[in-house]
Amino acid sequence: MTDHHHDHHHHDHSELSETDLRVRALESILTEKGYIDPAALDVLIETYESKVGPRNGARVVARAWTDPAFRARLLSDATPAIGELGYAGRQGEHIVAVENTPELHNMVVCTLCSCYPWPVLGLPPVWYKSAPYRAKAVKDPRGVLQDFGFALPATTKIRVWDSTAEIRYFVVPMRPDGTEGWSEDQLAELVTRDSMIGTGLAKRPDEVTR
Amino acid sequence: MDGAHDMGGAAGFGPVRPEPNEPVFHAAWERRALAITLAMAMPGGWNIDMSRFARENRPPADYLGMSYYQVWLAGLERLMQERHLVEADELAAGKALHPARPVAKILTADGVAPMLRRGGPTERAQTRPALFAVGDRVRAKTMHPPTHTRLPRYVRGHVGRIDAIRGMHVFPDSNAHGHGEDPQWLYTVSFSGTELWADAPDPLLEVTVDAFEPYLERA
Repeated sequence: MTDHHHDHHHHDHSELSETDLRVRALESILTEKGYIDPAALDVLIETYESKVGPRNGARVVARAWTDPAFRARLLSDATPAIGELGYAGRQGEHIVAVENTPELHNMVVCTLCSCYPWPVLGLPPVWYKSAPYRAKAVKDPRGVLQDFGFALPATTKIRVWDSTAEIRYFVVPMRPDGTEGWSEDQLAELVTRDSMIGTGLAKRPDEVTR
Repeated sequence: MDGAHDMGGAAGFGPVRPEPNEPVFHAAWERRALAITLAMAMPGGWNIDMSRFARENRPPADYLGMSYYQVWLAGLERLMQERHLVEADELAAGKALHPARPVAKILTADGVAPMLRRGGPTERAQTRPALFAVGDRVRAKTMHPPTHTRLPRYVRGHVGRIDAIRGMHVFPDSNAHGHGEDPQWLYTVSFSGTELWADAPDPLLEVTVDAFEPYLERA
């Protein structure tokens, strides 16, 4: 029932408001003390909410699918290769790209916190930072894939990369069949965030409207 | 430290729950919490390893009971209080009660893009030869420091193989506690699923961690 549902939301909202007030107070204390400039906070938020996100990584993958020389550079030394497209910096200082094949599926996790390649994927989703994923990925990655609604062939090897230092891993998913002759822009539409973490596959051509 | 943050292989957390069309932030305060945390590192002068330790070093029930950005906030409040940039009574009152401490530099709007682009590279000059070579068999040490470390518990005591040498990098175990960068060789070490998880072996599973040289011994 709608009203009942609404009550639950209201309850959640009240709990959030407590943290909301705490953060507002913190921002005003720090601003008053001259430690932060609220305008800088606005730029940071704008950057990660609308500029830096998985569309960046999708462009890297689409280029790797269409340009064999770029693919070779990406797989041998990813940081400068990704830099060619203009993506670099914080939480992507040392990137390693790993490629999925019919024999090997790669999956990325950070069991100790939430390490994630920000310049190509943006900020991590909640599930990536959550206890279930951090606990399960290194022990039962096939079970994780089931949670995401798909299964790999039983004969495919799985390699899970636990980002325990400052190397950031980035998965190059397999290019879907039936995309011969597609442009980089068209291909980028098939590349999902999850496919670059290894908890998903690139979309099939029939999953997008061309 | 052997804290609640070290989750690899832990049971009982249930399935992963992806959220379709997930927004970048789930509440307005999360936006500000992220931005304040990123901005405060400049006047605060702490490094990423100190930040991680400030977040993870708390009672397990507290760590697990907080949302991700709430953990960030708790870590930030601790880092600021340790440096007397903010005092507990100010956080309780929600307003400034003491004069500001002098800080070297603050983040301005114009400074954001250069700061993000610069990032914080951790690779350093190679001042000595690496102890291990690709292909070497190594054992992750059995160690339980009460301080910050990046060797997860689930690999400790297990034998793996050096798969890649990543150069010399800032050593978090030292840097988190203000003892300097003390750069160490960093290796990608692979472990088979059967080696790590005897009770639930997946013969086609391989797990890699990035391990600093002091975490490893020849096997």
